[in-house]
Amino acid sequence: MAALLELQAIGKTYPGVRALDGVSLALGPGEILGLIGENGAGKSTLMKILGGVVPPSEGVLRIDGLARDRWDVAEATRAGIAFVHQELNLFDNLDVAANVLFGREPRRFGFLSVVDRRASHERVRPILARLGADFAPGTLLAELSIAQRQLVEIARALAAEARIIILDEPTSSLTLSETARLLTVLRELRAGGVGLIYITHRLGEILDVADRVVCLRDGRMVGALAREEISHAAMIRLMIGRELRALYTPPAGPPGPGGLQVEGLVTRAFPGRGLDLTIRPGEILGLAGLVGAGRTSLARALFGIDPVLAGEVRLDGKRLSIRWPGDAVAAGIYLVPEDRKKDGLVLDMPIAENITLASASHYAHAGLIDRAEENRAAEAQRASLRIKTPDCQVQAGTLSGGNQQKVVLGKWLSMAPKVILFDEPTRGIDVGAKGEIYALMRALSDRGVGILMISSDMEEVLGVSDRILVMHEGRISGGLERGAFSEQAVLRLAIGHEMERA
Amino acid sequence: MSKKELGLAVLLVVIGGITAVLNPLFLSGVNLLNMANLIGLFGIFAIGQGLIIITGGIDLSVGSMFALLGVVLVDLLVNFELAWPLAVLAVIGLGLLLGLLHGLLVTRIRLQPFVVTLCGLLIYRGIARYYTEDSTSGFGYAGDIDTISWLASGRSFGIPHPFIILLIVAGIMAVVLHRTVFGRYLYAVGRNEEAARHSGIDTNKVITGAYLLGGALAGLSGVLLVFYTSSVSPSSFGNFYELYAIAAAVLGGCSLRGGEGSILGIVLGTVLLQILQNLVNILGIPSSLNFAVMGGVILLGVIADQQLGHRRQRIQLSRAQGGAAAPAE
Repeated sequence: MAALLELQAIGKTYPGVRALDGVSLALGPGEILGLIGENGAGKSTLMKILGGVVPPSEGVLRIDGLARDRWDVAEATRAGIAFVHQELNLFDNLDVAANVLFGREPRRFGFLSVVDRRASHERVRPILARLGADFAPGTLLAELSIAQRQLVEIARALAAEARIIILDEPTSSLTLSETARLLTVLRELRAGGVGLIYITHRLGEILDVADRVVCLRDGRMVGALAREEISHAAMIRLMIGRELRALYTPPAGPPGPGGLQVEGLVTRAFPGRGLDLTIRPGEILGLAGLVGAGRTSLARALFGIDPVLAGEVRLDGKRLSIRWPGDAVAAGIYLVPEDRKKDGLVLDMPIAENITLASASHYAHAGLIDRAEENRAAEAQRASLRIKTPDCQVQAGTLSGGNQQKVVLGKWLSMAPKVILFDEPTRGIDVGAKGEIYALMRALSDRGVGILMISSDMEEVLGVSDRILVMHEGRISGGLERGAFSEQAVLRLAIGHEMERA
Repeated sequence: MSKKELGLAVLLVVIGGITAVLNPLFLSGVNLLNMANLIGLFGIFAIGQGLIIITGGIDLSVGSMFALLGVVLVDLLVNFELAWPLAVLAVIGLGLLLGLLHGLLVTRIRLQPFVVTLCGLLIYRGIARYYTEDSTSGFGYAGDIDTISWLASGRSFGIPHPFIILLIVAGIMAVVLHRTVFGRYLYAVGRNEEAARHSGIDTNKVITGAYLLGGALAGLSGVLLVFYTSSVSPSSFGNFYELYAIAAAVLGGCSLRGGEGSILGIVLGTVLLQILQNLVNILGIPSSLNFAVMGGVILLGVIADQQLGHRRQRIQLSRAQGGAAAPAE
């Protein structure tokens, strides 16, 4: 029997980045294929290609054994491919039936196209029954829990007569029992001949339901496991196991006393959990974890963007009350945000004005900004950070990613940093500039600045940090000293497994 | 002077030139001074409007504020016989207060500026009409208003006072907007509020500050307008003036997305609007076409600016990349 779906040597190149390289896989009817890989391994690019959202740069895509040249979202839908996303694409303000049948509502009265509510309810009811849903087609979506909404998404796929359903981290916000029920639904779908691709970081679920596992790493397929070969250890081995290329530069001396001490910090993202950590001066503390583990929320809370619900923050022994970013900035705690275009820079302002944005009053006399003095400060940062630009009056938005990041850094370095929180400091930055950013971080830490580096890039976490903390679902699941660093150890903590369950 | 303002100035000269050729009266002293007076009256609150637009907001309530402030001013002077300096201060203070209210509603309760000031538009006009029972109030034989009347609507060296006041206000506001830390923050907040917040700027204060200034300038304009018309009929006084202000700001280079615009641009925008009004009168175009002419010119101006803006951006981008990118055509 021909495979439902077959990918052969699919590659995708973005300017400067090889996102996918020679990925081949096949999916048969009545099969659950587990797709694993670290953040940035190329899973989402692959799914975008499958869904017709982005075209592959090369390779062949076959549906029922037939190669498809034209492939876009409409084609993918016609071929019976449906997605269940981590972030649900549903309409809160409509009822379940309207969501399930969105775009193919039964109509009445010819050109008036009045939606036939009764017919749509009749059509949705059996689908919900098949999924074991405990809500009616007329229920308003806003009244459903996240798990129930997940079922609505799946019902939508079934209503479209999907033969291939791709689930992207469907359980990331479900409780254990809800997850168990979802997995049961998936098994039933499999029994009904649907092919499923199941993407998750939760290897336990793969172990439960997958018939086969395919692993991506750095855009390449690094291995496949048959049903009987699937185990935690085997999957982790596939996900990691690459040589480390980032070179570790040891600090000039041991970390100093004091630093930023956090006790029992509770953020809005995980209201039930308190966090303890210390960022010591002269040390780069890596903070690893999966996307959504609460690392960014921690940084935002420390910087005063998000409210701190409880807990205590002390800098060099002095208690701080950080209610908004101005408090953090005044204390010398700076954030280099994850999304530098949105949060880090004013893209259509000149480089010089970006660099002095947080400290404009230092360059002002009686409220009037001294442009010459401002420009001197900006030029000094340009020289020391080696920002590649003809002059500092160019708009920041015209710079490359690495140089934009240097401008964000320049903004803080022109002041008096005590602690700098880096959130994914090298995301979207090319290799050469990455090295420069690492060197800058080390130079800062050697000057006595405490550095927290949130990173999803394993190589970066292991190669740059002096110490690593790992977060899992809003708590710190463990810490590693430099001698104990290994990808296995970090990954196990990141997926919430204890050491002995390797 | 930026390219945008230069373009606007050229447009002014061209339109003025054509009008002057068609009717030489356009350049007569009487006509020019009359225009200068109107430019002064409209320019002051257009600057306030521009500051608010630069933060990414808008103020639809200006016209109704004039009605309310006008009614209050006349009442204070005529019925309460308040000394004019106090009355003027009270009116400007009331403008400040309304601006503060708008600013707080926008920043603290996170209401959309359009909605907040739309409600203001309805409420202030309604209060003004209710308070006066919809009747026109004037100065009649009120005593002590000669000085303020002269200050607000008189002339020195032949130049109408509103125009002189506009020049002073524009000068001060140009320094505030283009040279001070507050001005820098206004632009930053308008362009990227999140990045400004991430830099430790109290964006709420900055935005509220813009509404405060807008309110104060509206208060000042309100005083001048009352003495220009010398009476206030609450149902029509200041009608549509918010739209004149928005039009002037947009013509002058303010983007409704925020973060763009200059004082010089706003003043030039006001001048252009007044020339267009004058042109309709002086060329004998039916005055019913007044709005249509204004709308047409604004539309064309904005389209031209959009096209030129794209071009400039491409040029800057290719220059920043060392000319490696394809040259802009």
